[in-house]
Amino acid sequence: MSEMPARLAATPRVRHFVSRVLMVIGLALVVVFFGLPLLWLVTAPFDSVPTLAVSWPEWTLSSFAAIGENRYAVGSFVNSAIIGVGTCAVVLVLGAFASYALSRVRIPGRDGLLYALLLLSSIVTGTAAMVPTFQLVNLLGLIDTHLAVVLVISGGTLPTVIFILKDFMDSIPKSYEESARLYGARPWQILRDVVVPISRPGLAFVAVWTLVQVWGNFLVPYLLIRRTEQQPAAVLMYTFYTESGQADLRLLSAFALIFSIPIIVMYFLVNRRYGFRFHGGIKS
Amino acid sequence: MAAITTQALVKEYPGGVRGVDGVDITIADGEFFALLGPSGCGKTTLLRSIAGLEAITEGQLHIGDRDVTRLEPGQRNVAMVFQDYALFPHMDVADNIAYPLKIRRQGRSARRGVAAEVGDGLSLTGLMERRPGQLSGGQQQRVALARAVATRPDVLLLDEPLSNLDARLRLEARTFLKELQRDLAITTVFVTHDQAEALALADRIAVMSAGKLLQVGTPREVFAKPATTFVAGFIGSTPMNLLPGRVEGSRVRFGSADVPVPPDAVGMVDDGAEVVWGARPEYLGWSTTAVEDGVEAEVTVVENLGASVLVTAAVGTDRLQLVLDEDHEPEPGARGWVTARAHRTLLFDAESGQRLDAGAGVPAVAP
Repeated sequence: MSEMPARLAATPRVRHFVSRVLMVIGLALVVVFFGLPLLWLVTAPFDSVPTLAVSWPEWTLSSFAAIGENRYAVGSFVNSAIIGVGTCAVVLVLGAFASYALSRVRIPGRDGLLYALLLLSSIVTGTAAMVPTFQLVNLLGLIDTHLAVVLVISGGTLPTVIFILKDFMDSIPKSYEESARLYGARPWQILRDVVVPISRPGLAFVAVWTLVQVWGNFLVPYLLIRRTEQQPAAVLMYTFYTESGQADLRLLSAFALIFSIPIIVMYFLVNRRYGFRFHGGIKS
Repeated sequence: MAAITTQALVKEYPGGVRGVDGVDITIADGEFFALLGPSGCGKTTLLRSIAGLEAITEGQLHIGDRDVTRLEPGQRNVAMVFQDYALFPHMDVADNIAYPLKIRRQGRSARRGVAAEVGDGLSLTGLMERRPGQLSGGQQQRVALARAVATRPDVLLLDEPLSNLDARLRLEARTFLKELQRDLAITTVFVTHDQAEALALADRIAVMSAGKLLQVGTPREVFAKPATTFVAGFIGSTPMNLLPGRVEGSRVRFGSADVPVPPDAVGMVDDGAEVVWGARPEYLGWSTTAVEDGVEAEVTVVENLGASVLVTAAVGTDRLQLVLDEDHEPEPGARGWVTARAHRTLLFDAESGQRLDAGAGVPAVAP
């Protein structure tokens, strides 16, 4: 009789222990799955003979020197920056105007229009519209220009941007604008003095999000830019082969590390400044 | 400084709903004027029409000697304090106060100077660097007021100025507001649904319902001589007793009891006319012995109001409420006589709800 309670008490403890062990093993697998590629990204560039395996590197910076020797590598980052900043500017200016107007003006079917745009936007930058996009840009004589990439990606991201920004604009009380109107402020003054400063966290979020979209976009610049010296980093990476046709892992690994740094830095800067106070519905 | 005049002002919304329905009103220069009514009566719409935030459908609006009916809000020289104060959260107090000056392209140092000066006048000294979010409700309201008066507008409009403050602060802010308005002598219109606020603050009150004006008068007039049964029921912290009855000679009979026809209505009613007899609970008394013209009643409920009590007494099937001094508090179940000062009682036409007043020349009501 005296052993019974002890055994009863031990059973849940054992069960608890087993479930803990299983959970730790499961989590460890997940960590390895996502962590290994990141580990490779950090170690491979410093290895003198990088492979696809993760190993303790034989420390060297020769991979980075190889990038300097590549004719197009440095220029491609400049191209990426031009396209990124250009797209951000277009998207922010047009997005702010459009979302403010859509937030304040009552037109029938406004929400339906927004959802339709959102749904269709993925086609613009997607593979489905590849041929017509190329033909359109060709007709406009914009092949091999950064402007073409900026315009096409802006078109693809604007609906989402307007959707997100409209949410921010909606949360600004109407009384703010009415108050400014009573003091004689013109619409552009209200936008400059009241609406834009208050929705700044939203604009910052949209800027980072757009930059990430552009920085990593392969298809659009690959399609519209043929000349290697005009190509952004994401496309140039595709050309890194050795003479024997193998992927040039030295160049690729170092290039990939540099490629990922601006986005990470950007995230921390914005996070520090605005503290990404987004909860679910993306509101500050 | 300017008077406000509206002529047959109409604000019609798409769909035909009239928020303001033919309002004629003249608000004198320097007057503190209240628009009072239940929610949805059109008082805020009228205020916003004066501001220019709602386009006027018909009629005319003059501020001073200018016709401003079709002018943009910014050209009317009108300032408004919104219910939520509408302070810009990203600007500090000084920038908020001086924002109207920024629109008028005044330099930064001039703006700072005006902000400091106006802020001092509204006891905001030392708060100039703070953001609105760091201020208490009362301070926020004073910043909003400072911003409104910084440009010396002709007219100051206040939308429910006290509703966002907690009860204790509200009384303090009320006194402050009245003092400020008197010092600035600026024509001020404010909207409220709280009759006590309107009575306490305003020089004159306009009571509104369904987009129309029911009565315009001083707080004393509106309280003592309400124009209709609606106004009578709306004004006063305890609603006026309104008993339906019938005129019999020089008496008004309701159920088993009868009272004399109020002096105002003598000669205005014929025998057998259907009327409503009205008396404020504060103007009624209680006697434990039979008195002439007293109405015999039984106390059913006694509610404590602090220094006074609200007594509900049954007269047959009717109920009368009276406010009595705490020293004369009757017990529930006690029988006695309700007494009324005749000149404080009123008579309304049962059908139209209009008050019957010989002095005002309202025509007699036929039986």
